[in-house]
Amino acid sequence: MKFSLGPSLFFWPKNDVLDFYQQAKQSSADIIYLGETVCSKRRELRAKDWLGLAQDVARDTNKQVVISTITLLESPAEIQVLKRLCDNGEFLIEANDLSAVQIMHDLKMPFVAGPAINCYNLSTLKILLKQGMTRWLMPVELSGDWLKILLNQAIDAGIRQEFECEVFSWGYLPLAYSARCFTARSEDKAKDDCEYCCIKYPAGRRMNSREGERVFVLNGIQTLSGYQYNLINEIPALDAMGVDIARISADSTAAFTQLDNFREQLVHPTIKTLDGIAECNGFWHKIAGMSVA
Amino acid sequence: MELLCPAGNLPALKTAIDNGADAVYIGLKDDTNARHFAGLNFNDGKLAKAADYVHQRGKKLHVAINTFAHAGGEERWQKAVDNAVAIGTDALIIADLGVLDYAATKYPDVERHVSVQASTTNLEAIKFFKNNFDVQRVVLPRVLSVQQVRQLAKTSPVPLEVFAFGSLCIMAEGRCYLSSYMTGESPNTVGACSPAKYVRWQETDKGLESRLNGVLIDRYQADENAGYPTLCKGRFEVDNNVYHALEEPTSLNTLELIPDLIAMGIVSVKIEGRQRSPAYVEQVAKTWRMALDRYQHNPENFAVEGAWMNTLANLSEGSQTTLGAYHRKWQ
Repeated sequence: MKFSLGPSLFFWPKNDVLDFYQQAKQSSADIIYLGETVCSKRRELRAKDWLGLAQDVARDTNKQVVISTITLLESPAEIQVLKRLCDNGEFLIEANDLSAVQIMHDLKMPFVAGPAINCYNLSTLKILLKQGMTRWLMPVELSGDWLKILLNQAIDAGIRQEFECEVFSWGYLPLAYSARCFTARSEDKAKDDCEYCCIKYPAGRRMNSREGERVFVLNGIQTLSGYQYNLINEIPALDAMGVDIARISADSTAAFTQLDNFREQLVHPTIKTLDGIAECNGFWHKIAGMSVA
Repeated sequence: MELLCPAGNLPALKTAIDNGADAVYIGLKDDTNARHFAGLNFNDGKLAKAADYVHQRGKKLHVAINTFAHAGGEERWQKAVDNAVAIGTDALIIADLGVLDYAATKYPDVERHVSVQASTTNLEAIKFFKNNFDVQRVVLPRVLSVQQVRQLAKTSPVPLEVFAFGSLCIMAEGRCYLSSYMTGESPNTVGACSPAKYVRWQETDKGLESRLNGVLIDRYQADENAGYPTLCKGRFEVDNNVYHALEEPTSLNTLELIPDLIAMGIVSVKIEGRQRSPAYVEQVAKTWRMALDRYQHNPENFAVEGAWMNTLANLSEGSQTTLGAYHRKWQ
């Protein structure tokens, strides 16, 4: 089983991003995803900067580098940027919208189906394979039981060898996307006049209930889980059912420690106690996502 | 431009047709559709009656099969397609790629519409559905501004349908797991958002509290109207500031966009609310029929009447309406 570092979902100043990936080079990740997946207005790094960074990481390490792409595309300008990334000629692409799937199919290039592609069943897996998918990231709301059924169906259908299966295993879960920017709204600004204010919140803005429960994290147009997802205790189970890659989301430099901790679980599995007011694993266990099983 | 109305049962369907709907959309009595609520929707017998009523009056029936098929349970979604085709549905509204593929392969002559739950917001994504499943219509999510809809309508190889009125989903539909995060059940998997069985109301000394699976969604003072605790429409706290952090209780109303939508060639306006009463369907269908007819007869002098707006506001969440994402300032 391999471990990946997912794309950072937050908006960080350019130098912080570059610093982060200098450290990521030294991490134990086998695969590094990078790129903007949330908002096309975030331009600390432009398409050519992301590609340059990808080349830098690929040159200095033997890690696989994947370019993650934007999830909610609403304008021809956004499609143009997406096409430029897709047609980079060097790096695998993570598609987070069917537009990217269409573009990669036209280019006859392989792609990873990211967490925002709604692939819930065997027929959909087959369709995406036909389009060129080589790796599938399960939608974050699905459970271990769901995955087990689907992977067994893939074995029976003789297609299991055609793709790798990746599971989002640690970090704030990407839960929703909107036309509205909730960070701008939290500052009483409209999205068109946002002044890129999400750069002030490198870990997003906490949105709590009036009883102080961490409900969600606001991250621009994206809503994240209030608790960090943590499947560290499930790693042996993931491994046993044939999951190829566990994804550690790039929430902060804490992700590097988690990469080591998760890898250690494969060698010496030990039960860790999750912090019920900061962590969750409900989705995997088919209960409310924010719960701990 | 077609007026497409919702119906959760046979009386609502008849009311919709009798009050000016060109077409009605319905769902089956199981988790294959995104309004899977107790007491709602159509079993096989009712489905046939619905089709007869609509077709005898020269109108159209669309059947929504727009949740995502479960691993190991795909037959249920395929059977839903079979049943809808058997009673002569005019269109299938589908979100799941596997279900679309099934419908396109088995029933190439039955119209396929891409459900709003498929979250199709741009030209390349529309091409994907056109190329793979030869779809005849795409229903746009409620995330695009009117300028963006216009731009898309100019280039889309597939006719477009937009939401015109009703409860406002503020997230890109089909890409929202907030409900399953809080309750374990989502529109994608179960066909319900913020399901009623998780709702609790409690009178406390701080006010009336609404909870969803234990999480405090809102708390109302005596002079405030309490609304259904849809989790994205509650009041939450961000750095000590308590407000509707995501959205207020409000409904979408686009009456004033009628001239724009017609000019850009939108083929259908959809009214939300299969879970609502026949009385709601009657008022909304009647009002929209009047407005569309008024425009048809005299496009130059079209103006939205105050009475129409009042009628629609009274049927809305929090008695208020918005243009939502169509209006950039809302975003």
